[in-house]
Amino acid sequence: MPRKTMIEAIRDAMDTMMERDDNVVVFGEDVGFFGGVFRCTQGLQAKYGKTRCFDAPISEAGIVGAAIGMAAYGLRPCIEIQFADYVYPAYDQIVSEAARLRYRSNGGFTCPIVVRMPAGGGIFGGQTHSQSPEALFTHVSGLKVVVPSNPYDAKGLLISAIEDPDPVIFLEPKRLYNGPFDGHHERPVTPWSKHDLGEVPDGHYTVPLGKAIKRREGSQLTILAYGTMVYVAEAAAEEHGIDAEIIDLRTLLPLDLESIVESVNKTGRCVIVHEATMTSGFGAELAALVQQHCFYKLEAPVARVTGWDTPYPHAQEWDYFPGPVRVGRALVETLEG
Amino acid sequence: MSDGPLGEFGPLSLHVPEPAVRHGGEPDFSNVNIPEAGSVRRPEVDVNPEDIRDLAFSIIRVLSRDGEAVGPWAGLLTDDQLIEGLRHMMTLRTFDARMQIAQRQGKTSFYMQHLGEEAVSCAFRKALAPGDMNFPTYRQAGLLIAGDYPMVEMMCQIYSNERDPLKGRQLPIMYSSKEHGFFTISGNLATQYIQAVGWAMASAIKNDTRIAAGWIGDGSTAESDFHASLVFASTYKAPVVLNIVNNQWAISTFQGIARGGSGTFAARGLGFGIPALRVDGNDYLAVYAVAQWAIERARRNLGPTLIEYVTYRVGAHSTSDDPSAYRPKTESDAWPLGDPIMRLKNHLIGQGAWSDERHKQTEAEILDTVIAAQKEAESFGTLHAGGKPSARDMFEGVYEEMPPHLRRQRQQAGV
Repeated sequence: MPRKTMIEAIRDAMDTMMERDDNVVVFGEDVGFFGGVFRCTQGLQAKYGKTRCFDAPISEAGIVGAAIGMAAYGLRPCIEIQFADYVYPAYDQIVSEAARLRYRSNGGFTCPIVVRMPAGGGIFGGQTHSQSPEALFTHVSGLKVVVPSNPYDAKGLLISAIEDPDPVIFLEPKRLYNGPFDGHHERPVTPWSKHDLGEVPDGHYTVPLGKAIKRREGSQLTILAYGTMVYVAEAAAEEHGIDAEIIDLRTLLPLDLESIVESVNKTGRCVIVHEATMTSGFGAELAALVQQHCFYKLEAPVARVTGWDTPYPHAQEWDYFPGPVRVGRALVETLEG
Repeated sequence: MSDGPLGEFGPLSLHVPEPAVRHGGEPDFSNVNIPEAGSVRRPEVDVNPEDIRDLAFSIIRVLSRDGEAVGPWAGLLTDDQLIEGLRHMMTLRTFDARMQIAQRQGKTSFYMQHLGEEAVSCAFRKALAPGDMNFPTYRQAGLLIAGDYPMVEMMCQIYSNERDPLKGRQLPIMYSSKEHGFFTISGNLATQYIQAVGWAMASAIKNDTRIAAGWIGDGSTAESDFHASLVFASTYKAPVVLNIVNNQWAISTFQGIARGGSGTFAARGLGFGIPALRVDGNDYLAVYAVAQWAIERARRNLGPTLIEYVTYRVGAHSTSDDPSAYRPKTESDAWPLGDPIMRLKNHLIGQGAWSDERHKQTEAEILDTVIAAQKEAESFGTLHAGGKPSARDMFEGVYEEMPPHLRRQRQQAGV
């Protein structure tokens, strides 16, 4: 089976869907001629023409607003926000419009759009190229929020997102674009070409939205993670010789609560890891759900390992990033707790 | 204060514009320059936008002071069509009056009327073709009335009753009807403008023949979505008509706060290379003529047009404000462009196609029709009495398929 980087897998998903459905259009800043700053849309304009894949003005509100209008018409726009950090000018369009069209029009108008955006840090991007704003979207009724962690899932989830009848926020952990980064920034990352999850089937397949997956079977504790943190968690568990069960959430909204509850009820311990800041982060929602649904099985307090509650720094990137050392410490404490 | 280079420059001061007059003062519209009816030329629709920049600073008018239709924009509508237009405007005004009272009677929470602005949406609607899509604000119900959308449905929406087509989820008057080319009203401002451009782009991408119309008020042109709309419309030459209804007042804020130093709102289009026209918004014939011109441009793939309708909001912004607290009470009487219904009525009388008697008779007929519709709507409930949407409805339609967490919450709510 062909192996692909996450970038190639994401491109493959759009290519597959543009081929199958004339209503799929792709646009964003630098997306058309150049193929996007991360090259996710490379070749799509040449293949499908410039009315199916094109450059947009630097106006995130304009990009999302136009996509909403197109979706109301009957297209299925899959648009790119160059960095998740740039999405805020479009926040009103996403929160007040995309997320609510179906509801407020009683189904008269719907909004099948996908808003793709690279998120997360680890590339020395400073505060404007590193953020993980997922919780700003999981708080919004009417949205779906997806964070893939590998090329296979990225393609299958993106196809599901494009086919979904409702708006999907698709956050791509950019540090994973080329390989499963485990937080050991001093070491080179294994490329996806040497990783099983880099195997990406050709053509159409889906990974369903709303379904988590067990990345590692374990008995001592459950780690809830998504995106880059899946590999950081794996590294931390292995380095400490802890038999952790790792749940890769993949979709944050709607959440696969069943898989979470089943695992935590089995292990009795839960560590939540995300790169975004802690306060009111998605980990808070997870912790609340775990205590609500697994309270009588819990042997230790639910732990959260996250980015600190500061803006994402530049020089101090690795002090900020919740790497394997900090995750490992939380695993040990939770086991001893 | 800093140790800046005073002396030659002197201290800076902030300019905060004020309207010519506030409440308690004498209304003054001497600064509104009104060209004579018929005096503004009508260019070909494929004109180079550069050659009509002056039209962004004038006002296209058809009906003269004597009620005659004059000049190059006249002659598009028959007397019968004008009578129909008059009936639409009268219907909208009566509808508004009844619903305004219904709100005061506690039958609904909120209402917004069109008083003085009826010509804008009623006339524009008649220039559209089936399948075209409006992205309206909360003050374009004339698009529905003139499109023969059932009044009972509008009222059921206003009452949030058991027949409300939007199941009680939306504030009154935030209608939605895809079939009638009426996009779901947001209530947040300006968001719909760029969506109109996107819809129009989609129509062009699909080589369709349908066009879109975006609507915005003078105040909300200050929103960044407005500027994004103009960029996108200009860049992609989208088949869209971008309407600005300048009714002089954004709640209590006079239009100068949004307009700033530019002469007119229409002039906003010039920097984008978008043809921009200003039109007498209280002149049904002029609104129709300019709308038709812009719609034809869009339909011929010549791109967007920006239209500023110069009008006046005679009533309050909504049922939640009292204009006598921020502008002269008699300002609407002093408004130099008159009343759209009176002007069309006088024109038709001058044509020998109408009379005071027929007008009175029509008023009475319309009132009966509106009252009958209101009775029917009220038989399905009002906001606090009678039939209403179920609590279960609240959970439906957030997504196409209800996700597990909402299903759990619905169970928890016991509905």
